Amino acid sequence: MMSVLVRLTRSELRLFLREPALVFFTLAFPSILIVILGSVAAFREPRADLGGLRVVDLYASIATILTVAMLAFQVAPMVLATYRERGILRRLATTPARPVVLMGAQLVTNLLTAVVSVALLLGVARLVFDVPLPREIPGFLVAFLLTVGAAAAIGLVIAALAPSGKTANTAGTLLFFPAMFFAGLWTPRELLPELLRRVGDFTPLGAGERAVQAAMTGSWPEWTSLTVLLAYMVVFGLAAARMFRWE
Amino acid sequence: MTVIEVHQLQKRYGDTVAVDGVSFAVEAGEIFGILGPNGAGKTTTVECLAGLRTPDGGSVRVLGRDPRDRALRSLVGVQLQESRLPEKMTVREALELWSAFYPDPADWRELVADLGLSGKVGERFGRLSGGQQQRLSIALALLGNPRVAILDELTTGLDPRARRDTWELIEAVRDRGVTLVLVTHFMAEAERLCDRLAFLDAGAVVAVDTPVGLVARVGAARRIRFRPSVPVDDRLLTELAEVDEVRRHGAQLEVVGRGDVLQAVTATLAAHRIIAHDLRVEQGGLDDAFVSLTGRREVR
Repeated sequence: MMSVLVRLTRSELRLFLREPALVFFTLAFPSILIVILGSVAAFREPRADLGGLRVVDLYASIATILTVAMLAFQVAPMVLATYRERGILRRLATTPARPVVLMGAQLVTNLLTAVVSVALLLGVARLVFDVPLPREIPGFLVAFLLTVGAAAAIGLVIAALAPSGKTANTAGTLLFFPAMFFAGLWTPRELLPELLRRVGDFTPLGAGERAVQAAMTGSWPEWTSLTVLLAYMVVFGLAAARMFRWE
Repeated sequence: MTVIEVHQLQKRYGDTVAVDGVSFAVEAGEIFGILGPNGAGKTTTVECLAGLRTPDGGSVRVLGRDPRDRALRSLVGVQLQESRLPEKMTVREALELWSAFYPDPADWRELVADLGLSGKVGERFGRLSGGQQQRLSIALALLGNPRVAILDELTTGLDPRARRDTWELIEAVRDRGVTLVLVTHFMAEAERLCDRLAFLDAGAVVAVDTPVGLVARVGAARRIRFRPSVPVDDRLLTELAEVDEVRRHGAQLEVVGRGDVLQAVTATLAAHRIIAHDLRVEQGGLDDAFVSLTGRREVR
């Protein structure tokens, strides 16, 4: 079974690399966003209301969450719903390979893509704008993986409910905008009004950004954030497992 | 040896009864056909055989096991209707991936050569013609060296040449000892390939027999068509014992009868110095057997 997972993951990666738009948005765009925002002089000035951080420092965390959100909310549900729509999951069920292994391969592919993209954007931020690499490394890994887990579980629920790849992508995009708002894509969390920030702390990407940002600056993520992420992962993971149809 | 045994199979979807008490048995090394109009329950029956659906009643055994037994997955190859691959996966990648699923895969290069796809191994699935996609789908079903292959709508979408090539491949696969179940609505395909056939209609089996046996059941009606050189009085022919019916289509006469009807008609025409132009004789075939056994006008 292991070798089948490896073969399927290689196959999924190859198919992913043949989609130039996906490759651009998930691998290159987060780094490009850092470069664009970092080019604005004002965003490179330390600010008192950010505890001496610069806006570009915050965007390293925000772009990390952005990468996870695109992959979990848009890419994975679209691919999985398309596979069901095209009868690929059903066809796989007639072979010794289980369709759930293909789902696993698709999730591993997205995780690898996220890891590469985040490493790239952290490297670019460090080299070009002197944004420090995460100081609390275990905390960063925990925050990152829990965000991936929570977002992927939500993405799987979308894949479970969407009748086609197109609807899955539309639903994922509709979710992407409000979810990324609370993660601070348009206005960093730290600059949002108090109420919105409080609400955001209980959204998956808001909690994720808060946890990642804490680890970036050297502290262990707040337990509230980690608990929120874990709760989303468990609840949506179980819902997806119950609702997912293979045909 | 019985390879597939279906006994009183029942399957409902909500209030719709898709399969209502279907029974048949498939012997080792047979090519067994399942024929019927759309909605007859063919695909549901096949999905139960493939372990994709759980029957509501009755029993299904494939190689002595419950079809949902995962041990069957490497012994039974399945080609499903309307099952596609990722658009950008190449033929070679699909075949190599599928080979990794099975403990003892066939050499995909040979399969691909037999199916006339050798020149397409580098092509992406989305760029193949419908017929080529269909042939790749057949190749994937046979890739695991199965003991039983279940093929739904085998040659739908293939051009006549590719259809004949596929028939030859199917016969070659059978010659290797594989038991095959074909779902089809092409009478010519069933007549050419199948050792035995089940006619399905409205979720039930109407008849199971060899193609010859099915034709014989309904009596071998023959149909003679010709254009007489001078007008003919119908009674001249209807009086003959061998003739059942005479119909007119413009200048053409159609005589339906049995036994030595051709002999009787031509002798009578000759005696009245009538020449039969464009004379054609049609033997009743599976189509006629199907129509008369199911009471339907056509297969689709």
